[in-house]
Amino acid sequence: MSVVPTTLAVSVARRPSALGRLLRRPSAATAVGVVGAFVVIALAAPWLAPFDPVATDFGAVRKAPSMLHRLGTDEVGRDVLARLIWGARASLLAGLIPVTMAVLVSIPLGLVSGYAGGWIDDLIMRITDAMLAIPFLIVAIALAAFLGPSLTNAMIAIGIAALPVFLRLARNTVLAVKAEEYVEAARALGGSPLRIGARAILPNMLPPLVIQSSLTVAAAIIAESSLSFLGLGQQPPAPSWGSMLNAAQRYLSQAPWMALYPGLAIFAIVLALNVLGDGLRDVLDPKHR
Amino acid sequence: MTLPRYVARRLVVLVPTLFFVSLLIFSLQQLLPGDAAVALAGEEHDPVAVAAIRQKYHLDRPVPIQYAIWMGRVLRGDFGESMRNKIPVSQLLAAKLPVTVELAVCSMAIALLIGIPAGIIAAVKQGRPVAVAANVLALSGLSVPHFWLGIMLILLFAVHLGWLPASGYVSPWEDLRRNLATIALPSFVLGTGVGGIMMRHTRGAMVETLGADYVRTARAKSVRERMVVLKHALRNALIPVVTLGAIEFGRLLSGAVLTEQIFAIPGFGKMLVDGVFNRDYAVVQGVVLVSAGLYVLLNLAGDVLAFLVNPRLRGSA
Repeated sequence: MSVVPTTLAVSVARRPSALGRLLRRPSAATAVGVVGAFVVIALAAPWLAPFDPVATDFGAVRKAPSMLHRLGTDEVGRDVLARLIWGARASLLAGLIPVTMAVLVSIPLGLVSGYAGGWIDDLIMRITDAMLAIPFLIVAIALAAFLGPSLTNAMIAIGIAALPVFLRLARNTVLAVKAEEYVEAARALGGSPLRIGARAILPNMLPPLVIQSSLTVAAAIIAESSLSFLGLGQQPPAPSWGSMLNAAQRYLSQAPWMALYPGLAIFAIVLALNVLGDGLRDVLDPKHR
Repeated sequence: MTLPRYVARRLVVLVPTLFFVSLLIFSLQQLLPGDAAVALAGEEHDPVAVAAIRQKYHLDRPVPIQYAIWMGRVLRGDFGESMRNKIPVSQLLAAKLPVTVELAVCSMAIALLIGIPAGIIAAVKQGRPVAVAANVLALSGLSVPHFWLGIMLILLFAVHLGWLPASGYVSPWEDLRRNLATIALPSFVLGTGVGGIMMRHTRGAMVETLGADYVRTARAKSVRERMVVLKHALRNALIPVVTLGAIEFGRLLSGAVLTEQIFAIPGFGKMLVDGVFNRDYAVVQGVVLVSAGLYVLLNLAGDVLAFLVNPRLRGSA
């Protein structure tokens, strides 16, 4: 989205930092606020939750929202709000851990693949292509099915499913940066490959990886809730937004509140992360400025 | 480069990709905890049955040989037998494919009907409230968890209003009206997500073409604005959208897992989930393999389409 400037202002002042530019955008700043709020909720769950999230109360089964149970209760009388607050932990963990794993693996592999080239690059890229040929959620479901159902296995499955996108991105960035003059210069000055990789190439790999991370954390949160919805993620009675929705589906007409709030929570955080990803791209990616 | 040469070159690259896909799917079996034969036997704990399975799938042979035997079968269209109902997986796949294809076609139609006009509006009316609304709509379509949207739509249209059935599937050959009624909500659910993606790409491509020189020329020649947008700009903007459409269609063929599950549509997605729950591993491998194959082929189709409509690609590479 390029707008042709009517006047060319020569700017002498230092450009504000990327974070500063990000926060100056109302939509991105709101998104940062929403994501931050979810992080605080997840961290402070023990103090914020009004009830024990796994305590059943058969005297209060599927009670509509009231002063006592703000968002109602579920099929065994557990407080929906408490489960929602604790469920934020599963969702955020499943969003952050697999993506962190994928980024940490893809940086060295991408560096090797892009910098070394040759058969190593070919091999890594063919495997990446093959993994990209199977849609994200299918990889995650198939892996989770074969590994066995648990939140940890779901996170491993999501991490592996997310890996090829990062790997290809990292490798392509290395290829683009490798041809830059300052890398040539560093090589001419006799820098070791390790030094060139760490000092000249790595810093340039980070912006695209950061943008992709924000979008993939969103996809990972949806994947975790999908796996938990199918019973392949967080195991009962531990709360997760996906498994709450699974239970809710059976009581749609009697207890619609059970289905409404967990979905809204997923929607809110995923929307915020996608807006954040857009904002980061506008700020960090020169082509999108 | 001519079209046949381009296709041939792409097909050559596909072979290693498909080889690695099959290797990945085969190696899923190696992830099974404990003895694969016991796991594959499922509920049957009879040692004779386990031994029979071990022999049938050559599980006592070295892994590379197991792969070669498995791959040889797959290439002949033999995906093994469903443990659950003792029918060949290929037969199950053939029965589910038309359902999944119908769902994908209907979803794609909805996605295009929403995505392309919204993308044009967002590009032409940049900054105006209507464009902002289109942007918000697209982002929401991308961000909403589809299975939740499905549940909410069931709540509204089936439980409260009673207009549409909550779940189930009727074949179009049996009763077209009821078929459309059962497919409407799941298609809408899937269509919103893909529509969001289509909208954003249409918008991006339109913004670019609207700023191009030939569009400025057309405007200078006082061609009517409607014509400029719809004929000059849109035609070129649609090139990347067509490619993306083919890729997204491939994703729809395999990515409808939860939507099919919620609406009890007996397609690939439900087959995969049922396979997972019945620990019917041949079914899981079969569905993943066929979906991946379809996805790869549709990706290729997208590239071929792009090649056909974009003369510039023919010169390069």
